[in-house]
Amino acid sequence: MSLLDIRGLTTAFQTERGEITAVEDISFSLEEGEILGIVGESGSGKSVTALTVMGLLPRPPARIVSGSVRFAGQELTGLSERQMQKVRGPGIAMIFQEPMTSLNPVFRIGEQIMETIRAHERLSTRALRDRAVQMLEKVGIPSPARRLDDYPHQLSGGQRQRVMIAMALACNPRLLIADEPTTALDVTIQAQILDLLMDLRDEFGMAIMIITHNMGVVAETADRVMVMYAGRVVEEAPVGTVFDAPLHPYTRGLLDCVPSLSAAKPRLVAIPGNLPEPARRPSGCRFRPRCGLAVPACAAAIPPLDPHGPGHRVACIRATAEVAA
Amino acid sequence: MIGVALRRIGSAVPVLLLVSLITFGMMRLIPGDPAAAIAGLSATQREIEQIRADLGLNEPFLVQLLRWYGGLLQGDLGRSILMGKGVVAVTFERLPVTLGLSAYALVLTLAIGLLAGILAALRQNTLIDQLAMMFAMIGISVPSFFLGLLMIILFSVRLGWLPTGGYIPFGEDPWGWFRSATMPAISLALLQAGLLARITRSTMLEVMRQDYIRTARAKGLPGRQVVFKHALANAMIPITTVIGIIISLLLSGAVVTEALFSIPGIGGLLTQAVLNRDYPLVQGGLLLVTAFLVLVNIGIDMLYAWLDPRVRYE
Repeated sequence: MSLLDIRGLTTAFQTERGEITAVEDISFSLEEGEILGIVGESGSGKSVTALTVMGLLPRPPARIVSGSVRFAGQELTGLSERQMQKVRGPGIAMIFQEPMTSLNPVFRIGEQIMETIRAHERLSTRALRDRAVQMLEKVGIPSPARRLDDYPHQLSGGQRQRVMIAMALACNPRLLIADEPTTALDVTIQAQILDLLMDLRDEFGMAIMIITHNMGVVAETADRVMVMYAGRVVEEAPVGTVFDAPLHPYTRGLLDCVPSLSAAKPRLVAIPGNLPEPARRPSGCRFRPRCGLAVPACAAAIPPLDPHGPGHRVACIRATAEVAA
Repeated sequence: MIGVALRRIGSAVPVLLLVSLITFGMMRLIPGDPAAAIAGLSATQREIEQIRADLGLNEPFLVQLLRWYGGLLQGDLGRSILMGKGVVAVTFERLPVTLGLSAYALVLTLAIGLLAGILAALRQNTLIDQLAMMFAMIGISVPSFFLGLLMIILFSVRLGWLPTGGYIPFGEDPWGWFRSATMPAISLALLQAGLLARITRSTMLEVMRQDYIRTARAKGLPGRQVVFKHALANAMIPITTVIGIIISLLLSGAVVTEALFSIPGIGGLLTQAVLNRDYPLVQGGLLLVTAFLVLVNIGIDMLYAWLDPRVRYE
């Protein structure tokens, strides 16, 4: 049994101009200890997927239209807020893109870590404090016992993200969702945070769902990659396959956007056009208007996510050798 | 923390200086003669001249001002012409009456305003929200004297539950004070409670959208802890500033309310002093009230620093 198993999940938002589907019919699973990278442009539905799993979308306007989210055998979609609170923390934890604003500015970081543990476990004040110090140490905050009494504004962005990670892992979650964890950080700090996540995965054994628009982050961390476009999964494969033999033109486009020092790429290629607005999605394949390989048949129907080799699924009727070439 | 307090006390000095200068100048700019007011209608011109000389009103403006400031430095605010007693003594006789009433009104304002605002924000766009905001709108729109009159008609005249007016010192009879102060406090509080409810609502809505609220929820904290710990601690920072303003408004609003309910507070005293051109009492009384408000604001600033570590560590 997979740790996380999502089947046919569709999440929609009620807006003034009717209901808009942010995530449509997505299915994927995540094994214990596995790192899954979810890639796509802003607005592709990555974050909505994560927040749906966490039950953190405001309802209304958000609504799970259909599908199931099973975590460790438990169906999450029908849970009450109170039941969901028990899952968040020890079950699934999450860190966010903006470490600068994700910590509460008026509470000491020690308190913010300890209250997380306090919400899920009965521990003495002494034990809580010890655990908080231990967590700060694990995420590489120097002299952690002293930093416990610091306020978030006394820390740098990288340190705040470390504190966020310490907070998320304080209850030893089985799954960590990292939503663009390095996007807001300096490049040198980015690598440190990614290394830290990998080390902690080895130590704690939790699975990680890392959401990013950066193929470099995926290459460095993920075991498996899922590419999303306009609310749908377009390709899913082991990380090596995605980089060596991508089958979907969009995945290929994303890879062409990555600057490289070694490869003999004459210049970076941008994908022409923009992500379609949810209300104005084209018929058939949603990537069709931006795709260089589109043929009239692409407009007929949304291509199904078909298997193409071991662990490799692609939603493209043109997913042939010519794409990979 | 101490640094914040010292800086604020330092900046209070020019404020007090300016206020004293303005009241001193204003009193001498407006027409009217305290000597004539004291002497009465039948007094001769000579008698009035004599009184004026006794009061030192014949001296040039600057001499009068310097003499007053000289007294201030020695803690002497002069004697009330009207009451024949020291300004400080007269003011401190009346000030507690107003402060007691304002404090009662403040408690009501905070209880009603904060509760209604938080509730409205948590139940945004529901019937509760609309009802709370409707009452806030009524509170803001209905003048306090009109509300006071309506309450007198209903609770005193018709139902006979509460006295129509008057004042019973708290020290003599706490229950009597409570009965006599309730209607004035309500009529005073409702406007401020309406303002506070609206500001609390919008502040809470703003705070609830912040990333750290999402973090708190992602940690699996119970809903009430997210709202009453994480959201409220941040919302209280701007709300505290508003509460500081509300305290000043309550004190100045007390003037009308005191007149309506015939309460012998500082408002009535200063009104009388102005009408009778009791220069020392107006100047001294206003200075004392201002000093009190400045103190309140320093207290608010300290509270602000206590609530917001980013201010404290600057």
